[in-house]
Amino acid sequence: MSAYPLVDHRCDVVVVGAGGAGLRATLGLAEAGLDTACITKVFPTRSHTVAAQGGISAALGNMGDDDWRYHFYDTVKGSDWLGDQDAIAYMCREAPAAVIELEHYGLPFSRTEDGRIYQRPFGGMTTHYGKGIAQRTCAAADRTGHAMLHTLYQQSLKHRARFFVEFFAIDLIMDEGACRGVLALDMATGTLHRFLAQATIVATGGYGRIYHTCTGAHTQTGDGSGMVLRAGLPLQDMEFVQFHPTGIYGAGCLITEGVRGEGGILRNSAGERFMERYAPNAKDLASRDVVSRAMTIEIREGRGVGPHKDHIYLHLEHLGTDVIAKRLPGIAETAMIFANVDVTRAPIPVLPTVHYNMGGIPCNVLGQALTRSGGEDAVVPGLMAIGEGACVSVHGANRLGSNSLLDIVVFGRAAAAHCAKALRPGAPLPEPGAAAVEPLLDRLDRIRHAAGPRPAASLREEMQRAMQRDAAVFRTGATLTEGCAALARCHEAFRDLRVSDRSLVFNTDLVEALELDNLLGQSLATIHSARNRTESRGAHAREDYPARDDANWMKHTLAWVDAGGQVRFDYRPVQLETGSIGVERIPPQVRAY
Amino acid sequence: MALFRLPANSRYTDRPGRRHAAPAGSARTREFRIYRFDPDAGETPRVDSYELDLERCGPMVLDALIKIKNEVDSTLTFRRSCREGICGSCAMNIDGVNTLACTQPIAAIRGAVKIFPLPHLPVVKDLVPDLNEFYLQYAAVEPWLQATSAPPAAGERRQSPSDQERIDRPSACILCACCSTSCPSYWWNSDRFLGPAALLASYRWIVDTRDEAAATRLAKLDDAFRLYRCHTIMNCTEACPKDLNPARAIADIKRRLLEGGG
Repeated sequence: MSAYPLVDHRCDVVVVGAGGAGLRATLGLAEAGLDTACITKVFPTRSHTVAAQGGISAALGNMGDDDWRYHFYDTVKGSDWLGDQDAIAYMCREAPAAVIELEHYGLPFSRTEDGRIYQRPFGGMTTHYGKGIAQRTCAAADRTGHAMLHTLYQQSLKHRARFFVEFFAIDLIMDEGACRGVLALDMATGTLHRFLAQATIVATGGYGRIYHTCTGAHTQTGDGSGMVLRAGLPLQDMEFVQFHPTGIYGAGCLITEGVRGEGGILRNSAGERFMERYAPNAKDLASRDVVSRAMTIEIREGRGVGPHKDHIYLHLEHLGTDVIAKRLPGIAETAMIFANVDVTRAPIPVLPTVHYNMGGIPCNVLGQALTRSGGEDAVVPGLMAIGEGACVSVHGANRLGSNSLLDIVVFGRAAAAHCAKALRPGAPLPEPGAAAVEPLLDRLDRIRHAAGPRPAASLREEMQRAMQRDAAVFRTGATLTEGCAALARCHEAFRDLRVSDRSLVFNTDLVEALELDNLLGQSLATIHSARNRTESRGAHAREDYPARDDANWMKHTLAWVDAGGQVRFDYRPVQLETGSIGVERIPPQVRAY
Repeated sequence: MALFRLPANSRYTDRPGRRHAAPAGSARTREFRIYRFDPDAGETPRVDSYELDLERCGPMVLDALIKIKNEVDSTLTFRRSCREGICGSCAMNIDGVNTLACTQPIAAIRGAVKIFPLPHLPVVKDLVPDLNEFYLQYAAVEPWLQATSAPPAAGERRQSPSDQERIDRPSACILCACCSTSCPSYWWNSDRFLGPAALLASYRWIVDTRDEAAATRLAKLDDAFRLYRCHTIMNCTEACPKDLNPARAIADIKRRLLEGGG
């Protein structure tokens, strides 16, 4: 066994991750008087929520007629009927209060002439059940995520929450099927810390970095979901990966859907506004999966732009310098830096780019993590999940733009409220047995001293290339089978890993290797789940199974990945009832925009 | 007694430490000279030299750093996250200027690209400085909305577009620390001078029409060191990679104090 001294911390709740969801939970827990530790691998305001641009949806009705029930309908339809309607109804009903709460926290929202929160149109957001275009997305110019993340961090400071910054979470401490806390590495000193808590809330975000090109940060490696897989628990709906229609060609940086919300238009090499053909009503503001597929087809049929005809132009010159300066200043800056384009004069070259993971740790609206036992849902004691890394599921097979910032505050708040109700401050913590921690230290030790031929970077690139090639906007059984084989080889090759940096202080070589291990598990779950689902729904477009198959596939995939890289499936039913939330369920319909 | 030399373990000599030559057949070679410090090694810092083929490297300095870490030397240590200039992780001193590696084009630099950690902070390792004090200064200005009157029971606190405009730019700070660590006054008195980033954070609330604590905030800043160590050098504004203007914010704070109140 390995001889690593452990520093112990005992608290009521440990939150892993300090993005929007983690911070909203942390400040709520601190406010409720629970002793809370928030551990995060980057300083809180560096979390990827900071890069969200367009806004947060809520039916405030500041800019015209709106109702949270319309928002509910749009989200169910956007999810292609894979979202759980009780959770969606809860989120949409809570949305206006959640946004107003952020405003009361001081979030610097853009304003209407009469001083209300400014709201812009966004893809898939309609009024009167698809009849009109809603202005529902509350914005702070085009850096809403930045404004939100900083505001939530400020509130956490106000409530004197305890942060452990640049602590990298290594594994969940599981004992007798319950989560007792988390083992973490203090990067600055190289010391190991054992956080024991009544509840562990995983808020570690998505895992976009399984792909070669994505809008997500380098740190977006879904570490919590990797930990969950190693704990022998399932991940849900991992086959649903959202491609954002407008990533900058080459660089992959995000260009917000808010550009199209403000009137921006996609055009092909013929100068045609091709979205009119694919989505006659919503046009450029159709749901993201619809727009990404349309762009891919245009490129495939030879109507792409550029010397290789391999991308599409996003025009916003016609919006005028005023709108651009006031509503889209960050986009103008990003396009200049990364595409050398002056958006007041020329279009931005864009390409559908991996952006968001609808799948994640299965959980209920209280944030409690779920697994299956005897054909029924079973709560995993002590473990909770929120944010992009969780799957409630409010996004189903496809998330609507501006619903993710909403998701993180609504369910971050709900998780804190649940803990405040269910936990007693200072309640005694059971001491996990040595067997709960030793295997975790052994794994760390193995990776730390890995002396094979493959640096993490080369293995990571091999995995990313395979995902990019074999699990793209359109998939087939053949490409997915190739992808499964390629990923199996990557998983195998992890044994050949080499970590060169032997130091303890700020060892990013080691951290990248640990992140890669997390990514590999999630990439296996993703590509196997994609091969397994023989239908097309939302972001999962199978060319060999082009239709949605409600009879066989209106169900959530659960995927377990064992230490040998073998993937096992089970399923959960989709919740089609809304319960007591006060809105009629939306029965499955043909999804057209 | 003032200390006129850096501590021994912070001194380096500007000579190449270890050299990593360009790969064979390199079409467009560029040298990167990078500050290296490993606290475990018991050695003083050195400057390593890495030659890259720019034909096979992305356009930004961060692309070069990542290429080195991925392909040449995985022990090279730096912070990075969003790679699009919004998270503030990869602030460092490049070609003598504090900026973000992710938005700094290599092509804009002539000759060898010299990369150092943000100046005058304790170095944890290589390009990673210790920012703890910087974060404490931010927290010290109590950067959250303070109001005694209750918000409306339903709906937002109203704010006109022109009032919003006053907080719009100041609230866009990414806490990268480029400004504070470019300020000679901050270098000298970082233990007592709050520095431009924290002062800008305070200003963002002083001018927010929803905040009711401007007078208290100003009174707390009214101190020979916390505020008045700003000598209008303006390096902060020059350094800000987001084109914000902390110098102007500080000048406005001083003006408000002169005029006696919020």
